[in-house]
Amino acid sequence: MRVTVIDYKAGNLTSVVKTLRHLGAETVVTDGDLALVESAERIVLPGVGHFAATERLDQTGLSGAIRTAIARGVPFLGICVGMQWLYAGSTEAPQQPGLGEFPEMCTRFPEGQEKVPHVGWNSLEVRPGSRLLANIEPGEFVYFTHSYKGPVTADTAAVTQYIEPFAAAVERLNVMGVQFHPEKSGETGVKVLQNFLGFKLC
Amino acid sequence: MLTKRIIACLDVHAGRVVKGVQFVDLIDAGDPATQAARHAREGADEIVLLDITATHEGRKTLLDTVRRTARELFVPFCVGGGIRTARDAEQVFEAGADKVSINSAALADPALIGAIGASFGVQAVVVAIDARRDRAAADPVRDAQVFVNGGRKLTGRRVVEWAREAEQRGAGEILLTSMDADGTRAGFDCELTAAVSEAVSIPVIASGGAGTVAHFADVFARGKADAALAASIFHFGVSSARSLKQELAQVGIPVRLPC
Repeated sequence: MRVTVIDYKAGNLTSVVKTLRHLGAETVVTDGDLALVESAERIVLPGVGHFAATERLDQTGLSGAIRTAIARGVPFLGICVGMQWLYAGSTEAPQQPGLGEFPEMCTRFPEGQEKVPHVGWNSLEVRPGSRLLANIEPGEFVYFTHSYKGPVTADTAAVTQYIEPFAAAVERLNVMGVQFHPEKSGETGVKVLQNFLGFKLC
Repeated sequence: MLTKRIIACLDVHAGRVVKGVQFVDLIDAGDPATQAARHAREGADEIVLLDITATHEGRKTLLDTVRRTARELFVPFCVGGGIRTARDAEQVFEAGADKVSINSAALADPALIGAIGASFGVQAVVVAIDARRDRAAADPVRDAQVFVNGGRKLTGRRVVEWAREAEQRGAGEILLTSMDADGTRAGFDCELTAAVSEAVSIPVIASGGAGTVAHFADVFARGKADAALAASIFHFGVSSARSLKQELAQVGIPVRLPC
């Protein structure tokens, strides 16, 4: 069970790597070994902070390597900004394109009565058919910390409500993303990562 | 629905959890890693570990403690005490913390807030503020005085203006301790908490004064806190986060349950 974790200098990888290892995965962290990424068994793209940080994925050629791996059917999981990167882009850094696996843009929560960022434990409404969230019961809680989010579409695997409904998870075949932090979401988060580790090249 | 967080706080001295009054008469309350895991298992939404001595020679012990505590912890984990530079913060993150809490160092050098956030994201920077109401001020609450060095040194800053500056400089959360309420077990300072929470858009964690379940309900409702810190009431098995949250749910406070 090998997982290639992409390091693009956007925040701390320690928690993600630790949790994957806890689940028995062998983790390999890379910030630019394209051959390693192209031939990966599974890829996790963590990330916190600003969408602009994903520029480094283009500069290093990692974007192309990830695209190649995804086309090969390699299971891919983006976390937080790593999920947002799967879309066309984000209004947080409009000049920086995302991977475009999902054609929409990520946008900021509208200003109003509620605080932005959305920080804390919120519940998931899992859509039928999600393999990533297969054994997650309705209303289970996960930990979020973000100001930008993806829209609810046909590819949405779970919806969370904060100010408005948004995509807490996105999933199409081998391409998956979670807006929440599974590595910080207690047993529920551990189950999500376990599900991901159960995916095989498809 | 976004829930209110109950955060378990562990005061650590020389690698052990301690309890005491005003940092004297410290009682050994166990191993930090064991205590953190227990609190998480018993429903705490987050763990804060505060190094209350934070001496230079204690740094290595702290990093080792953070590493051991983080190993089996799968909820957010914040570490504070003695973080003076971006390099100090980096070491704490590398040891497994998700957030750092900075207090005196942020007041001495407010640019530190942004410097840590630039590398680790704004969500990773918690600015801790210790404040005491200023009865001589026009607005004793909004103009509460900010102290450092465990409440021994006045900074000349006022709580609302400092919280706003911290937010603007890139703080992800504010950990607000009322020095008037701290240690009293007579309830949080809800007016102080509400004044800060309404002045910023980032989450405010209320601290100081927790004694009963009603105090928590009050600081979430009237105090507009996004989270509340509980230290002493969780020690020695007096109460658990789970039982606290079950009681809060009964009075209509949204909390993460089951947990």
